[in-house]
Amino acid sequence: MNRVGRWLLGALAVVIALAWSFPIYWMVSSAFLPTNQMRTPTPTFFPTHGTLSNFRRVLADPTFVASFRVSLAVTGLSVVASILFAFVAALAVSRFRFRGRKGFIVAILVVQMIPAEGLFISQYQMLDSWRLVNSVLGLTIVYVAAILPFTIWMLRGFVSGVPIELEEAGMVDGLSRTGAFFRITFPLLAPGLVAAGVYGFLQAWNEYTLALVVMTDPARRTLPLWLQGLVEADRATDWGVVMAGATLIAVPVILFFLVVQNRMTSGLVAGAVKG
Amino acid sequence: MTRPRAAAVPAPPVPLSGTSADQVPRRRRRPVGVYLLLIPATVAMVVGLGYPLARQLVISFQKYGLAQQFGRPAQWVGLNNYTKLLTDPYVWGVIARSIAFCLVNAVVTMAIGMALAVLMAKVGRAARITLQVGMLLAWGTPVLATMTVWQWLFDSQYGVVNWVLAEPLGMDGMRYHSWLIQPMSFYFVATVIVVWMSVPFVVFTVFAGLLQVPEETMEAAELDGAGGWQRFWLITVPMVKPVLFVVGLLQVIWDLRVFTQIYVLQRAGAPTRETHLLGTYIYSLAKEFSMAGAMATIMLVLTLALTGFYIRRMLREEEL
Repeated sequence: MNRVGRWLLGALAVVIALAWSFPIYWMVSSAFLPTNQMRTPTPTFFPTHGTLSNFRRVLADPTFVASFRVSLAVTGLSVVASILFAFVAALAVSRFRFRGRKGFIVAILVVQMIPAEGLFISQYQMLDSWRLVNSVLGLTIVYVAAILPFTIWMLRGFVSGVPIELEEAGMVDGLSRTGAFFRITFPLLAPGLVAAGVYGFLQAWNEYTLALVVMTDPARRTLPLWLQGLVEADRATDWGVVMAGATLIAVPVILFFLVVQNRMTSGLVAGAVKG
Repeated sequence: MTRPRAAAVPAPPVPLSGTSADQVPRRRRRPVGVYLLLIPATVAMVVGLGYPLARQLVISFQKYGLAQQFGRPAQWVGLNNYTKLLTDPYVWGVIARSIAFCLVNAVVTMAIGMALAVLMAKVGRAARITLQVGMLLAWGTPVLATMTVWQWLFDSQYGVVNWVLAEPLGMDGMRYHSWLIQPMSFYFVATVIVVWMSVPFVVFTVFAGLLQVPEETMEAAELDGAGGWQRFWLITVPMVKPVLFVVGLLQVIWDLRVFTQIYVLQRAGAPTRETHLLGTYIYSLAKEFSMAGAMATIMLVLTLALTGFYIRRMLREEEL
């Protein structure tokens, strides 16, 4: 390709990148604007006279703090449970041959096709009959079930990527089976486990639909519910506060995400092509 | 099965007695133990997904409403709920809209995503990283956070979209335009948002696939006189086809069950009845459990019908 063409393509890529990230820029930039500056005929594109008052108002809001706690508890529980369960299951399907192995893998694939958006009514009924509506545990149960299939799929790719011969070599050199596993295979799997954990974190932290159905009590809202509640609360939404809330919820996630996304996509591709 | 490489190492004589069992590859040992490893995940999925699914199926053949919720036994009504739903032209409208929305979104997402993945592979380092960061920002931001921004962007009074259309572009009629009142314009906004959110995943996955196409193959083709387009269509596309397949399948599944975006936009002031898709329609039936169950089952069948062909092919082509 000639140089001009290459340069043009590069410029195109940059323009697309800017356009694509504009909503995120807008979210952060609006979060710094005082209310009177948001209600002007001409939008303010650069918050040169920015203020932190929107952030202060969010952080001082007790409902934000309460929702933050609920979100943290549900997310933490979901991540720990799904990693543990998925890890041992992935170990089983990629390290052993046994009757029903293929059936299990097919089931994992098919389960991901089930539209959760159709299931939520009966999930609600189930939790209701167990008195688990509006409870962290109840929401965790449905989250773990939703996160597991993909996590197992992903970890299976990672476990298969560590040759069993490495472990066997360690055993020849005098390690016990457990020792060989924890000193050789486990460290090699750490990136995979981190990626799986982050996937679970993102799912649980960002999830809206099931939380909407299960957490009907305003005092038990997760952060996404809280944020949407902020939009709907008044007749005239205070967009500055909403954007500050959105920014606060999003920034940790984006940082997390930037760190691990590479592993996540490669994990997906690996899970899709490896035996 | 491959022979353990370690066994070929001649070095120190391994004490044979007792430990020799450990030399046998672990996959042969303790078949019962393997099942123990599967129990936690299986139980979690059966409780969280399997049981509700079974329950939903059962309820969809019963008359189950609020009275039954308070303990009255449910009555079997056979296919009544299904016939009631499937003879209602409104339900068919919802189904048709959902399929149309799903296909349009999946196709647009795939087209843009593939184009950007190819662009990403073609440009220099700096431009590529810029594009990657832009995509990551859109991908990594929580759905609800982006939904609130989009509501704000399309706000009829102070939204940037209306301002851009009215001021720099001079379309005066758009100054206070309400985007969500008309169903078509509602779906347009929803499509913009869904595509914006979904494209990054396609870009990164396809890009990862493109990187796996060996350089040598490309060079060989070039030496044999294949032009750029030929190389793309005859080598690159067939080689990344498995990835495209998986990604396309996921798009169809995700776009058919779209809920959050539609629900939030409806709450922002759209006429709900005219804008329901499957997910929000089922949600609106929530108080009539049997109807919701039947509708959810119809949605499941629809998903399988749209993707069954795909899944079968995937299972056939893949070695599990």
